[in-house]
Amino acid sequence: MSASSETLELREVRGPSALGGGTRRFWELLWLMSLTEFKRAYFGTVLGYFWSLLRPLMLFAVLLFVFTRIFRLGSAVENYPVLLLFNVVVFGFFQESTVSAVTSVVAQEGIVRKTQFPRLVIPLSIVLTGLMNLGLNLIAVFAFILAYGVAPMWTWLLLPVILLPLTMLTTAISMLLSALYVRFRDVLIIWTVAATVLFYGTPLLYPIEVAPEGLRAPMMVNPLAVIFEQARVWIIDPNAPTAAEAAGSVWRLIPALVIFVGVCVLGWRVFTREAPRIAEAL
Amino acid sequence: MPLEEIVSPTPEAPDAEVAARPAAIEVRNLVKTFEIPLKRVDSIKERVLHPLQGVQTRRLVALSDISFDVHRGEFFGIVGRNGTGKSTLLKILASIYRAEAGSIRMAGRVAPFIELGVGFNPDLTARENVILNGVLMGLRRDDAESRLEAVIEFAELEEFADLKLKNYSSGMLVRLAFAVMIQSDSDILLIDEVLAVGDAAFQQKCKDVFHEIRGSDRTVVLVTHDMSAVEQYCHRAMLLDGGDIVAIGDPDEVAHRYLRLNFAAPTADGEDGHPVAPDGAELLLLDAWVESAGERTTNVEQGAGIEFHAIFQAPADIPGPSFGFVINNAEGVEIGGFGLGLESAEGAPDVFPAGEQVHVRAKIANRLTAGRYAVQCWVHRNHSFAEPLIASPRILDFVVYGTDATVGLVDIIDEAGLTLGPKQ
Repeated sequence: MSASSETLELREVRGPSALGGGTRRFWELLWLMSLTEFKRAYFGTVLGYFWSLLRPLMLFAVLLFVFTRIFRLGSAVENYPVLLLFNVVVFGFFQESTVSAVTSVVAQEGIVRKTQFPRLVIPLSIVLTGLMNLGLNLIAVFAFILAYGVAPMWTWLLLPVILLPLTMLTTAISMLLSALYVRFRDVLIIWTVAATVLFYGTPLLYPIEVAPEGLRAPMMVNPLAVIFEQARVWIIDPNAPTAAEAAGSVWRLIPALVIFVGVCVLGWRVFTREAPRIAEAL
Repeated sequence: MPLEEIVSPTPEAPDAEVAARPAAIEVRNLVKTFEIPLKRVDSIKERVLHPLQGVQTRRLVALSDISFDVHRGEFFGIVGRNGTGKSTLLKILASIYRAEAGSIRMAGRVAPFIELGVGFNPDLTARENVILNGVLMGLRRDDAESRLEAVIEFAELEEFADLKLKNYSSGMLVRLAFAVMIQSDSDILLIDEVLAVGDAAFQQKCKDVFHEIRGSDRTVVLVTHDMSAVEQYCHRAMLLDGGDIVAIGDPDEVAHRYLRLNFAAPTADGEDGHPVAPDGAELLLLDAWVESAGERTTNVEQGAGIEFHAIFQAPADIPGPSFGFVINNAEGVEIGGFGLGLESAEGAPDVFPAGEQVHVRAKIANRLTAGRYAVQCWVHRNHSFAEPLIASPRILDFVVYGTDATVGLVDIIDEAGLTLGPKQ
């Protein structure tokens, strides 16, 4: 029943790799592992989904209090509460995915050392689970945005243009960190600190305009700043400065683009180079 | 050691037929070495603080230039002592490790079972886990789904299919994992030491399945320490030692070579002037087995009598031989043992004469709790620990199974009860 129907030829076995085993198997595994993780998080408890939404909401509530009641920064910014909510939720996807990806390959030691499958599935499934989560959260966020009184804009349709580079960056960093963590265990500590630096260094809690003129261009070297600044224009406030305006000119966006491409290439290169050795290094 | 091609003295027809089939696995000049760092550098901090200090490594040759074929439909055993490259070879075949040099070619889909229940998630139901595990093992998702009922049925877990795995007993888990393996329906199965699971009835079922696979078109590579499994199921077997193929061919012969190798004397090179037997050993272990209810077995039910047997032969006279055996549990704790000198047999001289055989026999009060056990053996000359002939960490494995929830290493309770009455 098994073999007889197919023609069996001897084929070269090439050993473990990041992608090996066929495209179909790759996507099936990726989908199944992400779905499994997603289900586990949401169907495990009755309030599963609400708990996961509660976390960004609590952070949002605290930040909103600090920046509107104590610093009074928010009152000068158009639609500040919904901007803050959007930024907290979307950056939460980036931060949670990358932080949990760091340890993912090591945490899945059992299957890495005992089965043959494309290694890349592990960090990718973390990002995909994060995306499913983000998708649900964004529904809630847009409900808030409408309730707050922001009129729907055609630029909302450009949301994928925001999420695509963000997801690519998240994926690249996840690949880089998860492969490095196999060898260097202080990567987790370093990245936890770095992610906090990015949280405050990216214009999320404050608009880019409040930064001194001389600091804006250096801040816009950060690809995340470009992504979030543009999101603000398209989703929340069409009158806010675009990423190019914030940086000074379109040409000043080139450093951010170079860093973006560099991180993507580095993540890919490091992961595919390390993938065949991961099982032995664990 | 030179490679010996062992030819079965009485080649059975089916085996010869299998040997004529095309190769399903072809391994050529396979080399694998591990670089073991002498000092593990596992933080970026250390790298940054000592940038010039190269990482010192020791090379460990796990497989040195081995070549062999496995034929389609063959049940092929790989045996060898611990650390001789068996599992490394299996992991390379399974694409978990990368080979350093050489080539491997395989025909058909491969399913590796390095461990049972890989990737089982306790928060998911049995159904979900069977599908996840199936896909991990290389099945397509729709195939995994269509096999689901057969797996659940084989595991005899129909009533519990929608129960989360965290609520399963360990026996149920093992049954489920084994069923996934059996039903995986791949062309080549790579199995690492997974026999001897479950209760007696389930074991019988597993044996039947192995016999069925043995007669089918599916190819099995089995890594094991269990020589009775090798003799029962394998068409051919291969003995690895120190990363080399020492013997390949008839399973009975290979099993005996393995036992002899396990008994290789520490002074086998004869460097300190001892007379050395032709093949390098001063003492040969001809056979060793565990018996229960009059039959050779490796699986004994809790409480059932266990007998231990070993047969030795000396190529040259051995004065004052003493034989010592210890039973260890899976954690390496010594449970019990015995030591005997030849003089304890009535009227026997205190010498083990050349050409004769010694049959060591022990009956064990089976108070062992369920688990895996190994028998260690020492044989000395002149009743002196300073003159060892054999010091083997493990000559036999056996499993005690049962469902009695016993605490500790051995069951020491004869009778336990409670009485309730008025205060006196």
